[in-house]
Amino acid sequence: MQPGLYQILFISTALFFIGAYGFFTRRNLITMLMSVELILNSVNLNFIAFNKYLWPDKLDGLFFTIFVIAIAAAEAAVAIAIIINLYRSHHSIDVEQAEEMKY
Amino acid sequence: MNGSTIIFYLLAALTLGSGLLAVTTRQIFRSAIFLLFSLIGIAGLYFWMQYEFIAAVQIVVYVGGITVLIIFSIFLTQQAGEKLAKPKIGRQIFSALAAFCGFALIMTQVLKHNFNASSEEALPPTVVNIGTQMLGVDDGGYSLPFEVVSILLLAALIGCIVIALRSKPETT
Repeated sequence: MQPGLYQILFISTALFFIGAYGFFTRRNLITMLMSVELILNSVNLNFIAFNKYLWPDKLDGLFFTIFVIAIAAAEAAVAIAIIINLYRSHHSIDVEQAEEMKY
Repeated sequence: MNGSTIIFYLLAALTLGSGLLAVTTRQIFRSAIFLLFSLIGIAGLYFWMQYEFIAAVQIVVYVGGITVLIIFSIFLTQQAGEKLAKPKIGRQIFSALAAFCGFALIMTQVLKHNFNASSEEALPPTVVNIGTQMLGVDDGGYSLPFEVVSILLLAALIGCIVIALRSKPETT
């Protein structure tokens, strides 16, 4: 079967829900961050596929991908700074033990 | 079944397989390495779609930057050789069920939908075209979002420094 838009959409949907599954089951902040990265990557793949197969005369999907990558990098950096700070004060990065951050 | 098709399915299998292992393995370091392979697979898919610039950005930012950052933070926060706690079986079942139902719902909608491709002349995603449009200020230019993202990166940089600063012990 010649790969086209539907195959790439299948991959990106599957990757999105793999990331969602990891986000639901994991209880460690770093692995949850990894699941979020998988989700963001599936969205990027979607944007690029739509740009290539549906609107090849424009570059808008590509720009959205570039901005999503930039924002994801900033988000990962801030998240890891928070995680390391949390580990310093609680000696654990489990979300169950981090709930006193609410107050 | 030509070479391009085979490469596509190999990349897809690499991406999905290592992504699945990244969220299910119980050793956090292996999880980070599987995430690395999954991101490389996505970069390969970008290469396969001939978006070389995005593939290069993906490799530089994700594979070279974020994964290394995650591995360093694993070194800083995890005891060596310690396995992650096993998630509760009920939570595993319900998460898998929710993920599968969402996947099935979206795939049925996608397969039912008929996409109409635009028939205009293709604009190749070369670096020249990308740069011209990204810094353009006329209609369709992306210079305002570019500046906003620059400010966001600066704010994130300052925020990281402020969070990571060790607060000085109170001196009376």
